[in-house]
Amino acid sequence: MSMKMSLFAAICRQHMQLAWRGGQTVLAVSFLFIAVTLLPFGLGPELKLLRALAPGLLWVVLAIALLATLDRLFQADFEDGALDRLMLLPLPFEAAVLAKLLGHFLALVVPLLVSVPLAGLLLNIEGARVPLVLAAMACGAPALVLSGGIGAALAVSVRRGGLLTVLIAMPFYVPVLIFGAATARVALEGGVGIWPYLGVLAALSGAALLLAPWTIAAALRSALR
Amino acid sequence: MLKALENISAFYANPTRFMGLAARLHAPLWALALALLAYGLYRVAFVPDDYQQGATVKIMFVHVPAAWMALFGYSFIFFASVTALVFRHPLGHVAARAAAPIGAVFTLIALVTGSLWGQPMWGTWWVWDARLTSVLVLFFIYLGYIALWQAIEEPTRAARAAAILAIVGFVNVPIVKFSVDWWNTLHQPASVSRLARPALHADFLYPLLIMGGAFLVLFLALTLTRMQMEVLRQKLRAKANLHGYKG
Repeated sequence: MSMKMSLFAAICRQHMQLAWRGGQTVLAVSFLFIAVTLLPFGLGPELKLLRALAPGLLWVVLAIALLATLDRLFQADFEDGALDRLMLLPLPFEAAVLAKLLGHFLALVVPLLVSVPLAGLLLNIEGARVPLVLAAMACGAPALVLSGGIGAALAVSVRRGGLLTVLIAMPFYVPVLIFGAATARVALEGGVGIWPYLGVLAALSGAALLLAPWTIAAALRSALR
Repeated sequence: MLKALENISAFYANPTRFMGLAARLHAPLWALALALLAYGLYRVAFVPDDYQQGATVKIMFVHVPAAWMALFGYSFIFFASVTALVFRHPLGHVAARAAAPIGAVFTLIALVTGSLWGQPMWGTWWVWDARLTSVLVLFFIYLGYIALWQAIEEPTRAARAAAILAIVGFVNVPIVKFSVDWWNTLHQPASVSRLARPALHADFLYPLLIMGGAFLVLFLALTLTRMQMEVLRQKLRAKANLHGYKG
């Protein structure tokens, strides 16, 4: 049991280290800020307008930044054969997949979430509302990573499958974005009655957690055969 | 009954037998599709104008059946993929792959005719209404499915990946539908499904149902033709491999 736990932790830690050393963490966070910087050029510098749109914009930017990280989720390991090795471990392949997803979440998504308040500042978001917006993102982000992982796994054998991954993952992002942005709007209006919204986001993440590891493992297995 | 169905499906797992059946079905199915389409269009031509919408109401007879086929097509792909992945029926992948572009085109027809209908009725080409949005997402699901088939070169690998995507995507469809419905609603609710007292007058209802039947048979005829093409393509590929050609 404990051997399996330490294997799980090792896979997770290794994925985090690779993401960090490869500069992906820094790149993902930079991507988020680049997108946020470009928004006022497109929408105009009007602070009131930016404040009104900020929650929805932050969700869209988070989703796109997350999509941009997906192409390296399994592809490097697929190409250099590390994924074959993962299948040989005395650990269910689904668990190994989950460990990688957790590592991805900790190394790339958590830094993105940490940057959101600062990005919100640039969009003139009201400071007191930031914790609620962030709580909503924390509830919804696992669903984005897990369903994005499905896209990454299905496209893993495709060279330069980045856009294909995005196309596959996009329909799974729609419900999360809808409820995420709605939660953020409720938060901006004072946060009364926000619990059901957070509940729906958490439920989407829970459903993704139940479904994604098996789907991803099946997709990777069929790519490795 | 089930046993009989099993026997039949096992019998046609042999591509040569399937091709024999398909060759016999091909002409009658296309004849039926074209006859139904001609009769449906003839009936539509004599449908009276709506007292509010005028002649534009005739778009409905293409729009609504196309939307039905958009949903039917994806369900078809789902069941074909389950047949292929769970029951390992070799024709499942062929059927799913054959149906995908047809379903996608019907989805596109539903979107385009809806837009053409929306312009005079709602005064805009596009609104982010729940039904329009969920059909648009369905179109993207089709595109992703087709793109995955095309992107993976090795055929069995592509087939498995596409089948997995079809199944997960099918689970996702009601979730998208629910969330988008909750998000925004302007489109009128379904007016045919209330069979006890349809909200649609019989003058409109019967031509609509005929057109729906025509589209369904057309879908099946197109799918059958594409399945035949796919089986032939596989045979060619196998032959080329046998003789050492590449591609």
